[in-house]
Amino acid sequence: MNAYLDHAATTPMLPAAIEAVAAQSAVVGNASSLHTSGRAARRVVEESRESIAAALGARPSEVILTSGGTESDNLALQGTLAARSAADPRRRRLVVSTIEHHAVIDCVEHLVRSGRAEVSWVEVDRCGHVTPQALTAAIGDDPESVALVSVMWANNEVGTVQPVAELAAVAHAHGIPIHTDAVQAVGHLPVDFAGAGVDLLTLTGHKLGGPLGVGALLATRAAEISPLVFGGGQERQLRSGTLDTPAVRGLAVALEAATAGLAEEQRRLVALRDRLVRGALDLDYGITVSGCWQEGDAAGRLPGNAHLLVPDCEGDSLLYLLDAAGVECSTGSACQAGVPQPSHVLLAMGYSEAQARGALRLSLGHTSTDADVDAFLAALPGAVERARRAHGVR
Amino acid sequence: MRVVAAMSGGVDSAVAAARMLDAGHEVVGVHLALSQSAATLRESSRGCCTIEDAGDARRVADRLGIPFYVWDVAERFRRDVVEDFVQEYAAGRTPNPCLRCNEKIKFAALLDKALALGFDAVATGHYAQIVENADGTRELHRAVDPAKDQSYVLGVLDEDQLARSFFPLGDTTKPEIRAEAQRRGFSVAAKPDSHDICFIADGDTRAWLTQRLGERPGEIVDESGQTVGSHSGAYGFTVGQRRGLHLPRPAADGAPRYVVDVDVPRNVVTVGTADLLGVDEIHGDHLRWCGPVPRGEARLGAQIRAHGEEVPAVVRVLEAGQSDPTGAADPTGAAGSPAAGEPTVQVRLERRVRGVAPGQSVVLYDGTRVVGSATISSASRQRIGSAS
Repeated sequence: MNAYLDHAATTPMLPAAIEAVAAQSAVVGNASSLHTSGRAARRVVEESRESIAAALGARPSEVILTSGGTESDNLALQGTLAARSAADPRRRRLVVSTIEHHAVIDCVEHLVRSGRAEVSWVEVDRCGHVTPQALTAAIGDDPESVALVSVMWANNEVGTVQPVAELAAVAHAHGIPIHTDAVQAVGHLPVDFAGAGVDLLTLTGHKLGGPLGVGALLATRAAEISPLVFGGGQERQLRSGTLDTPAVRGLAVALEAATAGLAEEQRRLVALRDRLVRGALDLDYGITVSGCWQEGDAAGRLPGNAHLLVPDCEGDSLLYLLDAAGVECSTGSACQAGVPQPSHVLLAMGYSEAQARGALRLSLGHTSTDADVDAFLAALPGAVERARRAHGVR
Repeated sequence: MRVVAAMSGGVDSAVAAARMLDAGHEVVGVHLALSQSAATLRESSRGCCTIEDAGDARRVADRLGIPFYVWDVAERFRRDVVEDFVQEYAAGRTPNPCLRCNEKIKFAALLDKALALGFDAVATGHYAQIVENADGTRELHRAVDPAKDQSYVLGVLDEDQLARSFFPLGDTTKPEIRAEAQRRGFSVAAKPDSHDICFIADGDTRAWLTQRLGERPGEIVDESGQTVGSHSGAYGFTVGQRRGLHLPRPAADGAPRYVVDVDVPRNVVTVGTADLLGVDEIHGDHLRWCGPVPRGEARLGAQIRAHGEEVPAVVRVLEAGQSDPTGAADPTGAAGSPAAGEPTVQVRLERRVRGVAPGQSVVLYDGTRVVGSATISSASRQRIGSAS
């Protein structure tokens, strides 16, 4: 039995969600149809929408169902830019943090390359925090030119949680809407859409025990946003396409379950994470934790996130050696054509390229146990020794 | 054993990996990323290193149920193969980058990393055979399929590298390998063979070199020194080359003309008739031995090109500083310039061979066994009357 320590990539579906998807898959019905089967499907979709809204402090009408995080991020950025720059051509600047997921960064870069937008990057500190001061500085003295601010709720690599409500206040003080990619946060941290005061929020099903291929963009009724795809006019005309009723049901059931047991699960994961981190630091390899880690901290860092820097090692060597020893984890950063690239997040936080090459992300989730942590801590010394030898021959 | 299967994305390395698995080894597939800019070399080159190739290799690995990794050796490849290729041409020599890649990348960078990570050996889809002797030493031999035999490009491997290498395809012909790939359900079964130099996308070596070395217009002369044409850089020519000379007038006697000499320092290309091309003595340096070093005057076979014919020869290894034992000095007076303190080799061919260019590799055979290889530093004609 492998120790699966890559829940931030995707986490196993909760049994209740599997059951809901299977049950709904057996039922015919297009939620846009007017007959009995259609109405039954629509009822399932709308009840799911209400449940998702309730779990996240949003109104049902604010839930736009999508295919997942990447689509939601693209709809938020491209849709807002299109709508707001059409209303006022000066508004073509995006203010975005340097540690966003590629679904945001690559979308922004595409918009800049195609001449539709300019970008102001918001720098982060050594912990990976976007401070209100840094955001204010990035907005500068020309807030009228900004179409949207986008800062993620919690980082997918190093787990740093942003002061989203404070950042929203800064954006709004300048009359600018704000989007947050909360893919890693929803189901793992208390997320209150209205409380945080953001205008747009991205979430996805498969990071919280729901199905793959379903997610949502929460958007206030006041959000100015243009659709990216056109068709049947579903989802407030913002996201056409027949709704995936079983997946939507699965997402709602998983989110309900994750939210219900949240406080207890956080305590459990923080304890596991801290034992894992402490165990790795206590080895004699000069291993450090990226960003800022405090024992017991469930608010500043994702409870399930342990991100380690192992000196004089290639992360991909460690990955292979740990996999061979039955421990599945990640370097946390993206590959380009299969070749690991140094993490843009770590580089933005001030780490050197050499330090970033030795990154290892262990992410815990609802199936994680003490045995998983033990397996990792048992496999780590051998993996580091071997990876160092391989590093030396490069 | 724990074995890294180098998987290019082609049909050969796919079957090689499958055969290692069948033989009971623990196999991990590794694709070598040879370019740092995914957008240039890897998208457009043919035969290897494209994004599609990495994907093809991954598909095979997934089907075999083995782990698969992409290892980034782009920096080493650039330095040891691509830069070396450019420098060799700039010096008027004609290198074979595949030998270089085997020597420096596949059986060095890849093998070393594999060993450090706890693997025992590397397996590739080369067509060659390894024969293990009773005492455990290993010999490198030609493949059974003469049309696909790749022992030439492996002539740079030493005993230590051979001890850590597997070539599971050497006992099979290429059509049989394709049939086997089909049988195994590999999506790459019908994929065309790779040809040419993988890092030159369109196969136009001279244009590629011109981009890197710049245009250096100069003259093409005949053996009497008379100018018969012009060129854009002598470095782009190879002894024995006939095509691409673009001579304005045919020779008086109508005979085809070939490059017979390339003088990069003077930037002059000399052309002449075919009879000027034949050489029967070769000197080489950068010696690599796959087994015991031949002693005295050894009667061996010599092969000059990847799919060239093997010619009987008498081979003598000259220790550093040792003078030419025959006393028959190269008429040009330049027997190459091996690195000081390194042995060289003299290869006397039984008959004249055409188109031998400095920088090429001469690989030596004893029967089907590969003895070793040298990089040709000079070639000349010593004996009168041997057929060209």
